[in-house]
Amino acid sequence: MEKEPIIALKDIAVAFDGEPVLQNFSLSIRDGEFVTLLGPSGCGKTTTLRIIGGFVMPDKGDVFFNGKRINDVPPYKREVNTIFQKYALFPHLNVYDNVAFGMRIHKRPEKEIHTAVKEMLDMVNLRGFEHRNVDRLSGGQQQRVAIARALVNHPKVLLLDEPLGALDMKLRKDMQVELKKIQQQTGITFLFVTHDQEEALSMSDTVVVMDNGCIQQIGTPQDIYNEPKNAFVADFIGESNIIDGTMREDFLVEFAGCKFKCVDKGFRKDEPVDVVIRPEDIDVVAPEDSPLHGVVTNVTFKGVHNEIIVDVHGFKWMVQSIHYTGVGERIGLEIGPDDIHIMHKSRYSGSFGDYSTFSDEMEEDIMTTEEAEEADEAKQEAAE
Amino acid sequence: MKAKRALLPYLIWMLLFTVVPMFMVLFFAFTDKAGTFTLENMRQVGQYSNVFLRSIWQGALATVICLLLSYPLAYSIAHMKFKTQNVMIMLVMLPMWMNFLLRTYSWMTLLEDNGILNNLFAALGLPRVHMINTAGAVVLGMIYNYIPYMILPLYTVLTKIDNSVLEAAQDLGANKAQVFARVTLPMSMPGIISGITMVFVPAVSTFIISKMLGGGGNLLIGDVVEMQFLGSAYNPNLGSAISLVLMVLIIICMGIMNQFDDDDERGAMMI
Amino acid sequence: MKTVSRIYMVLIFLFLYAPIFVLILFSFNDSSAMSRSVFSGFSLRWYSRLFQDRLIMEALGNTLVIAVVAAAVSTVLGTAGAIGIGSLKNKWMRRVTMNVTNLPMVNPEIVTGVSMMLLFVISTRAVGANLGMGSLIIAHITFCLPYVIMSVRPKLMQMDPHLYEAAQDLGCAPTSAFFKVVLPQITPGIITGAIMAFTLSIDDFVISYFTSGTTQTLPIFIYSMTRKRISPEINALSTVLFAAILVLLIVVNARQSVITDKAARLQSEAEEAEA
Repeated sequence: MEKEPIIALKDIAVAFDGEPVLQNFSLSIRDGEFVTLLGPSGCGKTTTLRIIGGFVMPDKGDVFFNGKRINDVPPYKREVNTIFQKYALFPHLNVYDNVAFGMRIHKRPEKEIHTAVKEMLDMVNLRGFEHRNVDRLSGGQQQRVAIARALVNHPKVLLLDEPLGALDMKLRKDMQVELKKIQQQTGITFLFVTHDQEEALSMSDTVVVMDNGCIQQIGTPQDIYNEPKNAFVADFIGESNIIDGTMREDFLVEFAGCKFKCVDKGFRKDEPVDVVIRPEDIDVVAPEDSPLHGVVTNVTFKGVHNEIIVDVHGFKWMVQSIHYTGVGERIGLEIGPDDIHIMHKSRYSGSFGDYSTFSDEMEEDIMTTEEAEEADEAKQEAAE
Repeated sequence: MKAKRALLPYLIWMLLFTVVPMFMVLFFAFTDKAGTFTLENMRQVGQYSNVFLRSIWQGALATVICLLLSYPLAYSIAHMKFKTQNVMIMLVMLPMWMNFLLRTYSWMTLLEDNGILNNLFAALGLPRVHMINTAGAVVLGMIYNYIPYMILPLYTVLTKIDNSVLEAAQDLGANKAQVFARVTLPMSMPGIISGITMVFVPAVSTFIISKMLGGGGNLLIGDVVEMQFLGSAYNPNLGSAISLVLMVLIIICMGIMNQFDDDDERGAMMI
Repeated sequence: MKTVSRIYMVLIFLFLYAPIFVLILFSFNDSSAMSRSVFSGFSLRWYSRLFQDRLIMEALGNTLVIAVVAAAVSTVLGTAGAIGIGSLKNKWMRRVTMNVTNLPMVNPEIVTGVSMMLLFVISTRAVGANLGMGSLIIAHITFCLPYVIMSVRPKLMQMDPHLYEAAQDLGCAPTSAFFKVVLPQITPGIITGAIMAFTLSIDDFVISYFTSGTTQTLPIFIYSMTRKRISPEINALSTVLFAAILVLLIVVNARQSVITDKAARLQSEAEEAEA
């Protein structure tokens, strides 16, 4: 028998200043799950979190907690706690008082608070930091205080709003492991928001990919990566070549002027489709060994592999290979039936998956503007 | 939602005691003693065009001199050690804590024909100079009283200029003069603008400085307004009309100044 | 270059402090002729007379009462107002409110003064009362309010907006979240605002002049004396006040530099811990 979901959102719609942020949004989260909302900035993932936290009122739709409708329950009466983007530690209180804050509000006896706070600080490796001023902590330490402050209240659900965004790369990786461990130890449901696909894939039980206020796909990390539902998901989760194709019959697809065996079926005959092929699934062979061949236009050394851009009849493919090929060389591309993934056409078709404008610098540019937008978004929310 | 309710008492207070009085000035300016509509007051304001011109001229002169005196000072202070900066700024502000009337009165003692400065001149074998009750004394009084309002915003804006920006300019080949003209000066524009408004507005509308240092012969617009409300010429209707014109003139001046500046959260630089 | 700027600074400060020096000097003048430009010997007589002068003491009392009440009321109203302004989502509404707030600051003082005088004269005439302490206090609260807003608002804007939500998230009802978390963050701004309001009120002449009726405040009393001859008693009083403020400023500044030193030390320790 399926257990009642701990949190359910039904047909939620929200708009800020007439701009729709979420539309027709429905989601259920089972108890004990680690769920990640993944999407680019402005996709509505933070808003979703704030609806559950009680800081945003949906214009339409219902929020359920353990089967009870909680739309009208104010934030301070909800059994969820939040880790805020920049932690929102209280600067006028020391580490101990920050962690004890929630229990003091709930008028727990000081003795009980003392034990609970100590226990929590032990768990997040901050023993001995009780009397430190929170301004005196590093980013990672502040992060741990925020976690302890939330978890000491034993929330049913912990909401985490891009909690690792402010940390540097290495600390980020450590905290990913640590958070996952804490989640498994405590068994608390985690709802995690991020725009980092790698983070989402490595930590979650379930990933919810969002864009434009709508859910694009829900599934396990493996599902999302291997069976993306549309061009957006395929592109957002890792690198992918997305090619226009035609489904000739079950298990046979035609693209780039060649017919390929595949493992998909159930499409109409001659239905136009999007074909997704991951760069790491393509094998480099001699040009005469494959009907699919092209000229190498760019090679970038990435450590574990080389990233090769190949021009095949004007469409640029990305191939990841451990073998080095020289620019200008003609190579053949071999793709196994398992590596071809077929998707129905969607409104995202044609906007992703071509590497003709690809360059490393661009990628970085996109990252920074994204971060800037993220900051804007946060500011806008602050103004609400 | 609660926060919005906190706004209400404040808003009511401000409406009652700043907006309503402004409308009363407007009403008085366009009515006679019996309360009927008239343009007579506005017509009479014309008589004072000389006074208006003198006020604006003296106010503007004081403002420009303040700016010229303050900029080098603010610049020097902004380039000192942090701790010294604080002390210097304290020193700039300290005179403002002494009663304004007394400081002006003190200038009377200094500037009088038999005053301290003239005694000093005499002791040094210099000729005595007639200084009190002249337009120059009034402008001096304005400069003295309002110069801190020029120094503070200039200082604030100058300390905010990131040193790396100046280094970038040098790196791109600008010499010291060019760095100043093309980077420092344009970047300090917001401070210059707020300094100018903070000096010009009180200078142009003062009535004490002119009374104390200018004698009777140097009437400024503030004196005329005062006379209509609390002085011999008692006529609040005319006084309102003059105030209204003064306000509009200042709004026009500020509007022109604000063309150069779109910062709407200004003025937080005092104290 | 450095010497030039040193000399320049000395000259400017000479200009700024000469009148104050003269003022203080003449508070110790022994001359009974109340001469304002001849110093004829050291004496403390004006100081002893000062405290026996009933009129001065009464004006001083009024000034202090007004300043305390105006500072208290404008701090409370202004803090609430600043929070309210911050919560306004509508840009247009916020702009209008800020403009109303700035009105007394950008308006010439004399215009603010006469406009309030008109309001008070007409409304007191209606109820058969006179201008006096009441109208003075209202006027002072009004011109202090923008300065309180100006000191509190930056603190509110600097504050992490999520703090208030974090408190609620941890179980605080909105009101207690405000007192437990928001208020401690903006307290420095509130204190600055209160001090500013207090000193502005003590020093105000122009607006008081038009709204006082026959009530005397210290600046008004001084003004009435400048028309004749200022008694050195006033010099003595100003010197006392000046000294008091000087001490206050030094104390505040010393405390502040202790705090900034401490903050700098904490900062470096945190960096070490991170490394």
